Amino acid sequence: MAPSPSEFLNPQPTVAELPGFAGNLPQRYSRDRLFQIAAWVATAIAIAVLAWLLFDVFSQGWSRLDWQFLTSFPSRRPKNAGIVGALAGTFWVMIIVALVSFPVGVGAGLYLEEFSGDNWFTRFIEINISNLAGVPSIIYGLLGLAAFVRILEPITGGRSVLAGALTLSLLVLPIIIVATREALRAVPEGIRLAGLAMGGSRWQVVWDHVLPAAIAGVLTGVILALSRAIGETASLITIGALTFVPFTPGCTEDFPYFNPLDLLRCPVDVVQSPFTVMPIQIFNWVSRPQKGFHENAAAAIIVLLIMLVTMNSLAIVLRSRLKQPNI
Amino acid sequence: MPAEYSSLPDQASLWQPNRRRSRQVEGVVRVVCFMFAAISIVTTLGIVLTLIFETFDFFLDPFFRQDLWIDRLPQLLPEASEGQLQAIADQIQAADPKELWAQAEAIGVNPPSRIAGFFHALGRFLTDNRWTPLFQNANFGIFVLISATLLTTTIALAVAVPLGLLIAILLSEYAAPRLRQVLKPILELLAGVPSVVFGYFALLTVTPFLQRFIPFLQGFNALSAGMILGISILPLVASLSEDAINAVPQDLRQGAFAMGATKRETIQGVVIPAALSGIVASVILAMSRAIGETMIVSLAAGQNPQPIDGNFGFINPFIPVMTMTAFIVQVSLGDAAFGSLAYKTIFAVGMALFTMTLTLNIVSYWFVRRFREKYD
Repeated sequence: MAPSPSEFLNPQPTVAELPGFAGNLPQRYSRDRLFQIAAWVATAIAIAVLAWLLFDVFSQGWSRLDWQFLTSFPSRRPKNAGIVGALAGTFWVMIIVALVSFPVGVGAGLYLEEFSGDNWFTRFIEINISNLAGVPSIIYGLLGLAAFVRILEPITGGRSVLAGALTLSLLVLPIIIVATREALRAVPEGIRLAGLAMGGSRWQVVWDHVLPAAIAGVLTGVILALSRAIGETASLITIGALTFVPFTPGCTEDFPYFNPLDLLRCPVDVVQSPFTVMPIQIFNWVSRPQKGFHENAAAAIIVLLIMLVTMNSLAIVLRSRLKQPNI
Repeated sequence: MPAEYSSLPDQASLWQPNRRRSRQVEGVVRVVCFMFAAISIVTTLGIVLTLIFETFDFFLDPFFRQDLWIDRLPQLLPEASEGQLQAIADQIQAADPKELWAQAEAIGVNPPSRIAGFFHALGRFLTDNRWTPLFQNANFGIFVLISATLLTTTIALAVAVPLGLLIAILLSEYAAPRLRQVLKPILELLAGVPSVVFGYFALLTVTPFLQRFIPFLQGFNALSAGMILGISILPLVASLSEDAINAVPQDLRQGAFAMGATKRETIQGVVIPAALSGIVASVILAMSRAIGETMIVSLAAGQNPQPIDGNFGFINPFIPVMTMTAFIVQVSLGDAAFGSLAYKTIFAVGMALFTMTLTLNIVSYWFVRRFREKYD
């Protein structure tokens, strides 16, 4: 539309002259600075809380951490108590979780990525897995209580290492499946096509070429899943793991009370044994009123954190190997 | 065989793959992998069926029929005096709830039907204003536990949302790449701390620290539990919001800068609105996580259900409360016998918890799909 004569006579004001527009840069810049400071302060708060937590745990527990603590069973006297029962329980549960969730998770990932097309069933499983990842762990505990402790009691032996390990396996399966799928997707399509062109069957191609190329990513996922499981408390309390365990699973009676070969020598003794794990031992000690037990809890937390950091470092090493071209 | 191949060497020296066997192996592997994938569906079904079955069992517990029976006695026996009614009520209450019919013969009035008992139970579950399922005079007001859960969750979100959002903005807009490489692992470390460790910290460190400034703060309270709960979900808010902010195309920022906006004006006026669907979804997911979180609240928030009444204890952050998850832990530690009312109660509470978190997860998923701004 052509400008009306009045607009020629009274030209539009420039931006700086517009009413309500204040360039006022100094004030705007100072607001900018405040905003940026707020972002830094928020980050500093998060780091400070983490540092405070770590400092608190180490200052409380470091002096308590000695050989006696690592090798004693629980006791009513804080100074005599130790974590050997919880350590052995954690080791056994983790071994069984790894044995169960590794093949199942990787198999499920393989099915979704390599064997099934993009059909309604695959999408249904996908939605299902992402939903499962959002279910609170204590709900898995209720499932474990009803399914593994009660219905499968003849196999699991009730509130046992096996019942706990199966519950945790279900809990971490989504993590392993998602990691496996990502690792498989990162393997170049050319490898599959080359294998198939050489006359290999789908499975031969997957087993001989795709899986070896993806294994670092898969293992990273498994380790991250185990590090999730190792700190898991709520679901194991719900299935009824004990809080006072003056023995270790298996048939090794003397020090160090833990022998992986027990899984071959007396598997039933191991998997059907009542148990406790590190986080439950910590929970138990924290909820006691005596100061001595609080120090024990802090010392046990240090041990748990060391295990976690070790596992995560392993995952980081694997991940960095993954980044190198491996084909 | 065509003639030109007859010069080939003897058949036996050619490599002949056993294709039949390969096919068989492949078939078995396919079936096994399919079964492994189906375990995720079985798990979901298991969770849903377990919760539904045990929750129904809870609502059908004879305790509630007995309770309704006593409530209805004045109508069933209009002629009886106050004292007689009281005596019969005592008789019913003292009896084994599983033998209602033997009782009915002794008293001469029939107990209410199972369906009536079911709806009575549902009514008490939703309208009681106390939560005392393990006491003689049992009350089952689930909203007592839900209010405590919402209290700790609200405090947690009040901590996690502003901090998490600011951290996300710092990481995506302000921090140099090298600083990001330092900050991201620290956040991952924070995300990896087991919740029982946060519980230790909230109960034994943060509460005594806060008591210096708030002298009337009790040893167990929703405040410090909620604050540390907020710290524990902070990495989730920060990393998901950062993903959402990073997905906003650079062109939008440059457009804003070209219009003369400052960095803060660009972030607040352009970047945040563009990433809002992802940010809101991350907050909803964090809320769902906070509702289901167990160890921090059962260690630091206490084990005292606060009645919903005019004293407003249920929204007081300075006194002990009991969340849904804390109740499940309390009963689990007490070794409830299978089939007892206490055992069924934890499944009913679990059902309420599962419904809430599932709803939030679905809302979050829907929100992203519905309101996502697409820039292609």
